[in-house]
Amino acid sequence: MSTHALHETAALTRRSLRHVLRSPDTIVTTAVMPIAFLLLFVYVFGGAIEAGVEGPAAGSSGGEAYVDYLLPGILLITIATGVAYTAYRVFMDLQGGMVERLRSMPISRAPVLWAHVLTSLAAILTSLAVVVGVAVLMGFRSEADLLGCLAVTGILVLVALVLTWLAVIAGLSARSLDGAIAFSYPLIFLPFLSSAFVPTATMPGPGRWFAEHQPVTSVVDSLRALLAGEPVGGEIWVALAWCVGALVLAYTVAVVLFRRRVG
Amino acid sequence: MRILSTLLPPDAGTATVCDLDVVTRAADVRGSISLTGQFAAVDEVLTGRENLVLMGQLWHLPDPRERARELLEQFSLVEAGGRRVATYSGGMRRRLDIAMSLTGRPPVVFLDEPTTGLDPQGRLEVWDAVRTLAAAGTTVLLTTQYLEEAEHLADRIAILHHGRVLVEGTLAELRALLPPTTVEYVETQPTLEEIFLALVGDDPADADEHVEDGR
Repeated sequence: MSTHALHETAALTRRSLRHVLRSPDTIVTTAVMPIAFLLLFVYVFGGAIEAGVEGPAAGSSGGEAYVDYLLPGILLITIATGVAYTAYRVFMDLQGGMVERLRSMPISRAPVLWAHVLTSLAAILTSLAVVVGVAVLMGFRSEADLLGCLAVTGILVLVALVLTWLAVIAGLSARSLDGAIAFSYPLIFLPFLSSAFVPTATMPGPGRWFAEHQPVTSVVDSLRALLAGEPVGGEIWVALAWCVGALVLAYTVAVVLFRRRVG
Repeated sequence: MRILSTLLPPDAGTATVCDLDVVTRAADVRGSISLTGQFAAVDEVLTGRENLVLMGQLWHLPDPRERARELLEQFSLVEAGGRRVATYSGGMRRRLDIAMSLTGRPPVVFLDEPTTGLDPQGRLEVWDAVRTLAAAGTTVLLTTQYLEEAEHLADRIAILHHGRVLVEGTLAELRALLPPTTVEYVETQPTLEEIFLALVGDDPADADEHVEDGR
């Protein structure tokens, strides 16, 4: 990227960060649902689930609090909720003519999308921090060392990037505001069909097969191991392969769509 | 207009803006034009001043804040500059939109139906802004459905019908196409617009007040 493009990206990112700061509800609502899930599963279903999790199916995770088991999945749900607002902002910029205005100016194409992506990352990381804060209050403790914490942050940023570029696709291709936001519902639902809430071993045949082969499980298992300070094993490479593959695909589709939409 | 502003490639033929071909020199054309659409493409969440500063930054001006200040003054938006655009009236919004287009001091400005959907005061405000622009030496290409608007503002007029230019020339040249006028005695009554403007006053700054306060 040229210095001009960097300058333009910075100016447009500041603009869209102002949107987030001026409607703080975007950060609050992003955190509210995951926190509600956290409370519901730990305090309402937790007792019943804990018995299952601590049984032989959970393997080495015996003895840890259910909130420790649950948090990685909740963090993914937080990211999925957060990117709905990214799709919303991209859609509104297209509808409101802002993208067209930028296109008729002598600036590069890339900053228009990157500004939204960087803003999305900033907003999601803030929401994640809020959710982790609540989890700590509920008794969440991590055994991870500095390297482990960095790895956890890295994976979360990578997942946020993947879902953000998916959100850009949704924002660019949606015909209505509802459509732009609705894409995030399946993403929010996906962790339920994974090892995020209960071990996959407790699920019936087809559900178990799906849960064991979908990306959320490998991401959640890696995060859980890292947070517990345990060896991660091969699962992390599966998780990274999913993320990088999805990122390349989503980014390519988004850029092609953007070219087609605005030339 | 979308072809001239490089947003749409032409099916056939060539077009030039400031002697630059819109297809082969698109980036240079974009550097010398500005486009303002029918629907004001302004950021409602930002203030008027922030919108203008953003444009200044994107044009890589040495001092975006100073340019924003000048434009707010030129378009009588100084007082409104610190407020969010969401609170602006239609005329103010359109004026801000045009001001944003002018941030980079382009020699050519495209205004695509700039007064569509505005109330009479808003329209007069935009007319004043266009006159000021043209007087300062900017080339303005304006499309409009209101023929009266063309009569008031344009040095040269082209009439477009079914995608083709039927005639083109100054107002005097176009008038010469029809038989010379005969003098008729017509009793004129004030138009509803004249009554409206006499009642509310046609000072633009004043007009904003009326809209905001809902008086």
